[in-house]
Amino acid sequence: MEERKVLLKVDRLVKYFPINQGFIFKQHSGDVHAVDDVSFDIYAGETLGLVGESGCGKSTTGRTILQLYRPTSGHVYFEGQDLVKMKGETLRKTRKKMQMIFQDPYASLNPRMTVGDIISEPMIVHNTYKGSAMKERVVHLLELVGLNPAFIKRYPHEFSGGQRQRIGIARALALDPDLIICDEPIAALDVSVQAQVVNLLEDLQRDLKLTYLFIAHDLSMVKHISNRVAVMYLGIIAEKATRDELYSHPLHPYTKALLSAVPIPDPVAEEKRKRVILEGDVPSPVNPPSGCRFRTRCPIAEKICEEARPELREVNPGHFVACHLVK
Amino acid sequence: MTEILSVQGLETQFRTREGIVHAVNGVSFNLDEGETLGIVGESGCGKSVSVMSMLRLIPSPPGQVVAGKALYQGKDLLKMTDDEIRHVRGAQISMVFQDPMTFFNPVLTIGKQVSEPLEIHNGMNKKMAYERAAKVLEMVGIPKAKERLEDYPHQFSGGMRQRVMIAMALITNPQLLIADEPTTALDVTIQAQIVELVQRLREELGMAIIWITHDLGIIAGLAKRVAVMYGGCIVEEAEVKELYANPMHPYTRGLLGSLPRMDESDHRRLVSIDGMPPILMEKPKSCPFLSRCTYAVDHCKTENPALKSLSPNHKVACWVDPNTGREF
Repeated sequence: MEERKVLLKVDRLVKYFPINQGFIFKQHSGDVHAVDDVSFDIYAGETLGLVGESGCGKSTTGRTILQLYRPTSGHVYFEGQDLVKMKGETLRKTRKKMQMIFQDPYASLNPRMTVGDIISEPMIVHNTYKGSAMKERVVHLLELVGLNPAFIKRYPHEFSGGQRQRIGIARALALDPDLIICDEPIAALDVSVQAQVVNLLEDLQRDLKLTYLFIAHDLSMVKHISNRVAVMYLGIIAEKATRDELYSHPLHPYTKALLSAVPIPDPVAEEKRKRVILEGDVPSPVNPPSGCRFRTRCPIAEKICEEARPELREVNPGHFVACHLVK
Repeated sequence: MTEILSVQGLETQFRTREGIVHAVNGVSFNLDEGETLGIVGESGCGKSVSVMSMLRLIPSPPGQVVAGKALYQGKDLLKMTDDEIRHVRGAQISMVFQDPMTFFNPVLTIGKQVSEPLEIHNGMNKKMAYERAAKVLEMVGIPKAKERLEDYPHQFSGGMRQRVMIAMALITNPQLLIADEPTTALDVTIQAQIVELVQRLREELGMAIIWITHDLGIIAGLAKRVAVMYGGCIVEEAEVKELYANPMHPYTRGLLGSLPRMDESDHRRLVSIDGMPPILMEKPKSCPFLSRCTYAVDHCKTENPALKSLSPNHKVACWVDPNTGREF
């Protein structure tokens, strides 16, 4: 494999949210184990897909990387520098290179700002462009994401969901970032509009040499857009591999079940498929199961799964899995 | 197979401050006993409103069913008295909704809510109804069903609540189950559980199902026939394998092309349908898909095509044959 530059390195990232009880005398009664020892690298120019079901910690991972939540422990290296150790102005300047696109295009745009103001705000905050240069840049960005620059004075409510998501993308691009964290960017959109936004993200990646962390629960779309994929379950990474390897040779029992649960839009293929149906629900992240997190729903769990937590280990080159029973 | 439902020329409008919204514009379909029909479309295409209109569940005002018939076992649901329709709804036709969080009354026990249709429609006493409720809850896979009758909705997880909703819909042994996006709010592994449950119950109980969804994936493995809706009209209807193998409406083609498939090995660019769905402020005089269609000809601008049969199991509402690019 060719030497590639690691843009972002996430090292044993942990994020617990404390649960406090009591009204006046608050007592710390437990923690939500949202992200529990997660490590991965993202290479420059690639897309890493982070998939999992709701509550598995994928969005928290994204936000903790950007230091929107401060991690409980662990490190996040962006171009070799540890963001966790940074504060104030240094953090702000480094964070300029990392932007985020949010899931809900209705809630992530300020309804009282015009499109032009929304897109220029990051440039004002970071003092990168001014006056007419800034205005030109806003027009350029609108064209880049496929919106008519004549819309510059309009408000978000005048746009459809897909168009609003384009505004969010233009805002993320305003500071020429290297890394964009896409947190379920298409989950709120209709099917025919999802394809428009995904195609746009792919074009922008190619033209602007962007790196994506693509967080989603839609396994088909993650397969479409990613180079490598990490599967999360209850705060941990269960399996991590290149896209083709993961989808054609899943090793972790959770990945196998997850892939078999995704319906394929083809009745002939559906007839032939065998489903692995998981029993029960995802356990609470407040009291995650001992040992392997997945053992309560795992069809092949043994005694060792209860006793020891499986480490994420490399079973084939580039293919990591956290399961005791995978040889 | 005997036909149990025949909807003909249904039209529903809503009065809003901006004007009249023509949500459903002449929807017709049939359903046989024990058959599963999928209704597919994006938000605002009128798929839920069609079915709600048929069951007279559209709040009026602002909504109004202005035309059409909905014959259930030969009787028009739209002409029944309130008393008559109440005996059909819940007893012979039941519904399962999308959101398992807001469907239940949070201050009543599950036992009370699940057994209520039996007390109302079958005149059972409370004890018998509770016993039957426990049985049905067990059938849909609620562990220790008898003990859980006294629990409240918040004590169940999302997937379990959806099972309870299905139990409540099936407790009166309906002939027809209408499922309105029942798995949209659920995670994919839970969705697979619910789909498997419905398939099993369908085999055991033999009810007909109308499954409304925006997900062409889920309907592929469930339905026998599929109707695709756009802009308040059915634009294509076909037997399920025929529809996926040989889609004839440009919208259906675009929709299928815009979905990435997990079993595809090559990376292809997704087909995107440019533009947005129409806002139905007036009754469409042209084809509702016109502005987004790449096959459009002059005829499409002057007349909205009606649904016509191409073969016994395939109907399409389009002037143009997409295989040749010329009019039929």
